[in-house]
Amino acid sequence: MAGTAVSGRLTWRAATLAEARWETPSARTLVLDVPDWPGHLPGQHVDVRLTAEDGYRAQRSYSIASAWPSSGDGKVELTIQRLDDGEVSPYLTDDVQVGDQIELRGPVGGWFVWRSKSTSPVTLLAGGSGVVPLMAMIRARADAGTKQPFRLIYSVRTPEDALYADELRRRVRDDAGLDVHFVYTRKTPDGWPAPPKRLDVAAVNTYGWPPDFAPDCYVCGPTTFVETAADILVALGHEPRRIRTERFGGTS
Amino acid sequence: MAIISKGFGGRRRESVPGLPPGQYLTHDFPVLSAGPTPRIPLDRWRFTIQTETGDSKSWNWDEFMALPAEDYTVDIHCVTKWSKLGTTWRGVSLDTLMEQVESAADYTMVHSFGGYTTNVPMEDLLDGKAWIAYKFDGEDLAPEHGGPARLVVPHLYFWKSAKWVNGIQLMNEDEPGFWEAAGYHMYGDPWLEQRYQGD
Amino acid sequence: MSDRDSAPVEATTLDGNAMAGDLRELFAVDVTVAQYKCAGCGHADAVATLMLWGAAGGRVARCPHCSDVVLRVVRAPDRVFLDLQGCVRLEVPLTDD
Repeated sequence: MAGTAVSGRLTWRAATLAEARWETPSARTLVLDVPDWPGHLPGQHVDVRLTAEDGYRAQRSYSIASAWPSSGDGKVELTIQRLDDGEVSPYLTDDVQVGDQIELRGPVGGWFVWRSKSTSPVTLLAGGSGVVPLMAMIRARADAGTKQPFRLIYSVRTPEDALYADELRRRVRDDAGLDVHFVYTRKTPDGWPAPPKRLDVAAVNTYGWPPDFAPDCYVCGPTTFVETAADILVALGHEPRRIRTERFGGTS
Repeated sequence: MAIISKGFGGRRRESVPGLPPGQYLTHDFPVLSAGPTPRIPLDRWRFTIQTETGDSKSWNWDEFMALPAEDYTVDIHCVTKWSKLGTTWRGVSLDTLMEQVESAADYTMVHSFGGYTTNVPMEDLLDGKAWIAYKFDGEDLAPEHGGPARLVVPHLYFWKSAKWVNGIQLMNEDEPGFWEAAGYHMYGDPWLEQRYQGD
Repeated sequence: MSDRDSAPVEATTLDGNAMAGDLRELFAVDVTVAQYKCAGCGHADAVATLMLWGAAGGRVARCPHCSDVVLRVVRAPDRVFLDLQGCVRLEVPLTDD
């Protein structure tokens, strides 16, 4: 199929794993070398296609974690959360080796994206590995050297589940105008002032931008998280057209 | 030329001989839905056969449970390429249900709570080839697998085995159901690999 | 959109964002940014906001407002069937970026 494409049609291309690093014990970032990558906007994703030796194929979508241009070396980063009963993610976290190739199609998705020329403040609400496309936005903002204030509220089960924890800590220190607040749903770090709880109105009200500032709001996570977060934003008076959501299957 | 990923895919499924072409064996019971799972209280459940002349016959849950049931073991084949062998069900044979209506129709449209439809020729529902099942593996059929009751017509791709079934409309002419109208094959024989229109 | 991976077929809801690749393979523009108008209830929003069901071979996108089917994509090895019965209009923005 790939070889028959007419010029200009989006098709599959080969990506080579250049480097990999663990973000948590169950999430790995794949640094992919993709020749002739056209570049992407933060929030976009790629489709990944795997073909088994017996011809069986599976396709999944993964958000791009890196900003473009990523320090100019033409790499595309995906962060994959392993789902133990999953079909594709355990292969990508545990089996694929540096030097191996996978098929990739993209970048795609022009709706859940942030553009650096936008001047609005931004509230980012992440549930679990839904932080990945939002991290791309945070990285793109820093790369662009722009000053829109960003606030990330990041809901994780335990401190050990947080992706990019060190980088976020560093960016809060170095990236002027970036704030990050964690919500822990199962277990908090020692000395955390509140018991574990789900994202609620108080957290969004306190750590997100108020509706008067007309922020652009990006919400990404499992469906239940996305619906809760979007409902809270609307209840607080945010305009629905300024709320963009992206769901993934996640919980099963 | 596809890139082959060594070691991919072996965790959940395997290629084994004896399956329909293009199918892989799974030991799970994957859930595939075209929409939200309807939750149907048993006191509101009804199953209706409507004939081509407009007559109809209905059963409520208690009446349906009073019908003679069969335990049966069959292999099932999903168009998304998984097959599962030796699944055990309990349900009412379509032969038992069709005995109670007068019809010369050659085609049927199976209807479900939630609006799903699928077309099945009448002869594929008769002679011990199809059941309205309400138990799987000895347990009440779970909502995600089509409970309270689903059609099981195992010799066709599993999208024909409509979940949350609530009726069968008997027709003189064949018409496409939900997936058939969108490009799936009108008949769906896994052994002939009739997945899509034109296959 | 990471880890959209549960079983050989997903049972949980994704959204229209996940259709971007399949649609971009067919169309010159990104259809997920287009505004659909639901034939059932008249609700209009981005295709990206539709609720997605089914698996890679057959996708159903439903209106989040009334849950009616807005579009269906069936993918055969050599053909794609796109059913737009549930969509009375698509408004496609034309932007350069």
